Amino acid sequence: MKVTRVFTITNELGIHARSAAMIVEVSNRYKAKIVLEKDGTRVNAKSILGILMLGCPKGSKVIIQAEGVDAQEAVEELGKLIEDKFGEN
Amino acid sequence: MGDNESRQTIVLKGIGVSPGIAMGRAYLLDYAIANVPLYHLRDEAQVWEEIARFEKALRQSRRQLAAIKKSLSDREGMEPFFIIDVHIMMLRDKKLIYNTVNNIKEKRINAEWAMKLTIERYRDIFAKIEDEYLKARFSDVEYVGQRIMRNLIGRDQIRISDVGEPAIIISRDLSPADTVQMKMENILGFATDIGGKTSHTAIVARSIGIPAVVGLERVTREIRSKDTVIVDGCDGFIIINPDPEVLKRYEEKKRHYEILEEDLLREAKRPAVTTDQYKIEIGANIEFVEEIPTAIMHGAEGIGLYRTEFLYINKEQLPTEEEHFSHYRRVIEGQGIRWSTIRTFDLGGDKFISDPKLAKEMNPVMGLRAIRFCLQEVELFKVQLRAILRASAFGKTKILFPMISGLEEIRRAKSIYNEVREDLIRQKIPVGADIEIGIMIEVPSAVVVADALAREVDFFSIGTNDLIQYTLAIDRVNERVTYLYEPLHPAVLKLIMMVVEAAHRAGIRVAMCGEMAGEPAYTLILLGLGLDELSMNPLAIPRVKKIVRQATLEESRALLENVLTVATAEEIEHLVREYMIRRFPDDFSG
Repeated sequence: MKVTRVFTITNELGIHARSAAMIVEVSNRYKAKIVLEKDGTRVNAKSILGILMLGCPKGSKVIIQAEGVDAQEAVEELGKLIEDKFGEN
Repeated sequence: MGDNESRQTIVLKGIGVSPGIAMGRAYLLDYAIANVPLYHLRDEAQVWEEIARFEKALRQSRRQLAAIKKSLSDREGMEPFFIIDVHIMMLRDKKLIYNTVNNIKEKRINAEWAMKLTIERYRDIFAKIEDEYLKARFSDVEYVGQRIMRNLIGRDQIRISDVGEPAIIISRDLSPADTVQMKMENILGFATDIGGKTSHTAIVARSIGIPAVVGLERVTREIRSKDTVIVDGCDGFIIINPDPEVLKRYEEKKRHYEILEEDLLREAKRPAVTTDQYKIEIGANIEFVEEIPTAIMHGAEGIGLYRTEFLYINKEQLPTEEEHFSHYRRVIEGQGIRWSTIRTFDLGGDKFISDPKLAKEMNPVMGLRAIRFCLQEVELFKVQLRAILRASAFGKTKILFPMISGLEEIRRAKSIYNEVREDLIRQKIPVGADIEIGIMIEVPSAVVVADALAREVDFFSIGTNDLIQYTLAIDRVNERVTYLYEPLHPAVLKLIMMVVEAAHRAGIRVAMCGEMAGEPAYTLILLGLGLDELSMNPLAIPRVKKIVRQATLEESRALLENVLTVATAEEIEHLVREYMIRRFPDDFSG
C-alpha cells in the first residue's frame, strides 16, 4: 500500500533538532518505507540528518509518502505530529 | 617532525573574555577536522579494518554520550538534555554510516578521511538552507563528527578529566558536555577557535577565574599538543612558542597583573564609601547564575541587573515557568548578596520565535520589543512574572521593567503583575513580602515624565547604553556614527540629573546599570550626580570601589558642576580624564 499526503509545517521553529528527532522516533515504529519530500528533494524519514538537511522552516510544504503494510497509520501519526506542532505551545 | 625542531612563534588575535595571563603547555582537545591524516589503503583487508575501526568509534561515541547524559541528569537545575539524544540519534543515522563506509570502500582511504568527507558533504548541504536557525543545526553534525573523530584518532585521553599536568586547553569550542568533566585545578586557561563574550567557554572561564581568549579562528590548526603557549585574556591574544625574551616579559606582566588583582580583591569587599562618608551601593550585572561567585569575590553587594534574555534565545521552545523559576531562585537565594534585581524580557519578539511577521523590522531598537512586546504577549509575560514572584520567597527581590516610555506602560505592567501576585496568594503559594518594583530609565520621554513615573514605582535604574543611543539618535551598530556615542555628552548628564532629582523628590532610589557605571574614569561624575547604586560587570567592581573610597562627595559635585560649564562632550571628556589622572595617578597610568 502506498499513501501520500501533503502537510504544512506550522510550528514556530520549523523542523528543528527536536522535532526531527520526533519524526524519526515515530517513523522507526513502522515497517513502511517513509519518505519526506520538499521542493523535489526526497529523504528517508528514519534518518535525522536527512530530515534536518531538508531545511523545513515554518510555512513550508512537506510531502509524506509511505509504502508498506502500515503506511496508512504511519502517515496519520506523522501528520498528527506536524498538526500538533510537535507538542510546542 | 622531531622535538628538536625549534618551532616558530605565532601570535593570534581573538577576543579576551576572561582577564588574566596564563602560560603553560597546550593541551589540544579537538583535532580540527583540517588536521586529519590521509592515507590510502593497500588491500581489501585494510578496508575491512578501517570499517571496523569506524564502527568501533561510533559505538564508543554513543557510549560516551549516554554516560554524559546520565551524569548531567543527576545534576539539579540543568537544562533538559534532549540535544544529547539528538546526537546519539545522529550516531545511528544509516545515511551517515553508509556514506562513510562507502567512502572507505570506494576511495580506499582511512576512516578519518572518510569521516571528514562525510562531514564536508553535510556542511555543503546545510550551507544551502535559507532559514538561519535550521542552517545552524550543522553545528550538531559537526559536534557529532568531532566526537567520532576523537575516538578514531584513538585519543581516549582527550577527556579533560585526564589532563595530567596543568595545561592550557585548546579547542574549537567547549560545550557543557566538555566542561562538566573537567578537573578545574589542572586548567590554566582556555583558547578556542570560535565563541564570543557570552559563549559557554567565556562564562566558565570567568566563573572559575582563569584567563580565556575565544574567536581565534585557527588556534586548533596552528597549535600542537605540548607547544608552549601564553594566553593573554586582558588584551585578547595568544602567543604560541614564544621566545625566551617574550616569555620573560610575560612572566613580569603576569606578576604585575596578579599583584594588582590581589590588592584590588583584598579591598574589594569593603564598602564603597567616600572619605566624607557618602555610601554608594554596588551591584553586579550578570546573565548566568554561575557568575555570582565571581561577582561576590569582586565585591558585589547585590545583583543589580540579572538579564533574563538568555532563557529565551537559541532555544527551540519557550522556557517553562519551572525553568524560569529554577534560575531565578538560584540567583535570589544566592549566599552573600543582599538583593537581586531581575529584569523582565528585554528583546524583540523576533529573538526567540521565528515568526516571519515579527522577524523583519526596519528599526528593531525602536520596534516591538521589551515591555511593549510583553504587554502584547501577556500570557508569556505572566509566565515570567509568576516565576519571579515564586522565587521572591527565597530572598530580597526587585523586579525591573525595561523600556518604559510613559505612565500607561508601567500601569499596565503593574496591573498584570498584581493580577499574577494575587493569583499566587489565592493559591497559597508563598511570595516575597518586600518585593520592589522598578523601571529602566532609557527612553528620553521617561526622563521628561520622571516625576509622574516616580510615584508609580519603588526605584529607577538608568540604562545608559540605550538612553545615550536614543537621546543622541545614534545607531550603535552603525560604525559611521559611533564617534557620536558620547556618555559624557552634556545632554546625557543633564538627563541623568533630572532623573535623580525626580526620584529623590519622590523619595525613591536611583541605580545606574549601563556600561557607563563600570567605567572608573566616570566614577566621580556619577557620585556627583547623586546616584544611589551603580551596577556593572563584576570584573569592573574592584576598580570603581577603589576610586570611590579615595574620593569625596564634595569634590565629585564640584567636578560635575565644573564640567557642566563647558559645552561640548569632547571638552567634558577631556576635563574629566585630566582630573582623574591628576587625582588618582596610580589608577590611571596610561
